[in-house]
Amino acid sequence: MNCVTPLGLDLHSNWIALLEENTGIDMHTIGYFENIYTAKIKNLPTVRSDLTYLETMLYLALEPLVKLKNLDTKTGFILSTTKGNIDFLSEGKSEEAQLNKLAVKLAHLFGFITQPIVISHACVSGLLAVSVAKRLIQMGQFDEVFVLAGDKVSEFVLSGFGAFQAMSANPCKPFDLNRDGVTLGEAAGAILVTKSDENALVEIVGEGAINDANHISGPSRTGEGLYQSISSALKEAGIAASAIDFISAHGTATPYNDEMEAIAFSRLGMHKIPINSLKGYYGHTLGASGLLELIISIQSLQNNKLLPTKGFNLKGTSKDVNIVTQAMDIPLTYILKTASGFGGSNCAAILKKMNG
Amino acid sequence: MDRPLYISHYSKIENGRISVDGNAIFHTDEAQFFAFIKQAFKNQQIDYSKFYKMDNLSKLAFLAAEVLLNEEEDKEDIALVLSNKSASLDTDVKYQGSIQDAANFFPSPAVFVYTLANICGGEIGIRHGMKSEHVFFVSDEFDAVTIFNYATYLIKSLKAKKVLCGWVELFEENYKAVLYLVEERGTALHTTDTINKLVKN
Repeated sequence: MNCVTPLGLDLHSNWIALLEENTGIDMHTIGYFENIYTAKIKNLPTVRSDLTYLETMLYLALEPLVKLKNLDTKTGFILSTTKGNIDFLSEGKSEEAQLNKLAVKLAHLFGFITQPIVISHACVSGLLAVSVAKRLIQMGQFDEVFVLAGDKVSEFVLSGFGAFQAMSANPCKPFDLNRDGVTLGEAAGAILVTKSDENALVEIVGEGAINDANHISGPSRTGEGLYQSISSALKEAGIAASAIDFISAHGTATPYNDEMEAIAFSRLGMHKIPINSLKGYYGHTLGASGLLELIISIQSLQNNKLLPTKGFNLKGTSKDVNIVTQAMDIPLTYILKTASGFGGSNCAAILKKMNG
Repeated sequence: MDRPLYISHYSKIENGRISVDGNAIFHTDEAQFFAFIKQAFKNQQIDYSKFYKMDNLSKLAFLAAEVLLNEEEDKEDIALVLSNKSASLDTDVKYQGSIQDAANFFPSPAVFVYTLANICGGEIGIRHGMKSEHVFFVSDEFDAVTIFNYATYLIKSLKAKKVLCGWVELFEENYKAVLYLVEERGTALHTTDTINKLVKN
């Protein structure tokens, strides 16, 4: 696994920066948006002249994983993104902005033989892509799947979240009493899902992606879809909620989202389990967020180390949740990663440490 | 694990025509999508004012699901596996028009929310109370193998009782929707061949 973010262009540099509790959020001017807080990559290198900015991020994330592997007819490639090369629209190039075009270009570049699969499912895309990889491996379609996720900060998305009045004027404060919205960020993440347990870091023991069927732009007040997604994952894993050692939440820092999550965790009796949100380090990286945060959580699992929720200060949800406020060394076996997004979407995955 | 799955019903919307299980239920010569879908919606006598707020892709997907599911009961356990080529590009282009120049900068949240491909599935979920597994795939052509395996997985793993699958493509005036219901009973065997023919013909 690997990632490319404002905190570093590979996983190792990201982990070092996270242990120092550095944030990738900073003041930037992006098009019409002057001096706003976003988590934007500084000094992204040019690796090939024929790649867009987003393609470069994606390339840098996946290249170290792919170069070690033999790609054959049982090797899958899943790309997760919400908006892909959306900047092409400002130049009137709608065909160039097609998500599948982006996936095919990357697939050719890396030499995948199978057709790429694109998942575009709002802010759960990155985590859902891992579920899809697992499911298609279970069905025998693939032996291994490279899952790649990425989105960049664009005027398109900034203006939209701005129009929704969902953006914070300050760096976001997940689960905090004074949270007032998201900080947008950009990142790419890559992970290899395989049926072989040789050298595996974790086993995906259960997952689910249940829709709220309630509202297209707001989460369910009862956290129903997230509750059901986690329940489905627990059932598949064959473990009780109390067996989970740590939850990496979505925690976007909008008032409604974090409240909804706290309610869902509370309904499952998970309120005492340590929970964090990584949005204070990376902002909300949309279609990348679920995968990026899964990767960092696996790193936590490997190191038995929990990262604090940057930006959190005061309890700010109606239901108690055990927000991690300082770095902790704690033995970890099972972790839960969740994500929720527009369209009533939710996703949950439970990972078990291998040989742990 | 080895019991076969079937396609029980399917719907199609294409060229001003709506059909269910191969039988035409609405047809118009209206060439414009916007006018066609409005006429079709009225013709079906559906009482659902949210329809008028949807973008074109959602209207298309909504109506294809509506004509297929209106006789179904217990819809909560029907999963939704949708796919298309252009994701939300049709609305993306419209939204881009609202932010293209500084003098005319009027981004609308009501339009922005539809700049995500999966929202049309969310609309179907809300309408039919489908608190179930949802996913949205994007591919140049209908990816029968992936969709077949995914739907089969959902039923065999007991994560869904039935799966509503298909293709809902719309960009400008080019549109096509084919939805089909996969379950343990039905007329046509659920195979990659069957669904390929159903969607691509």
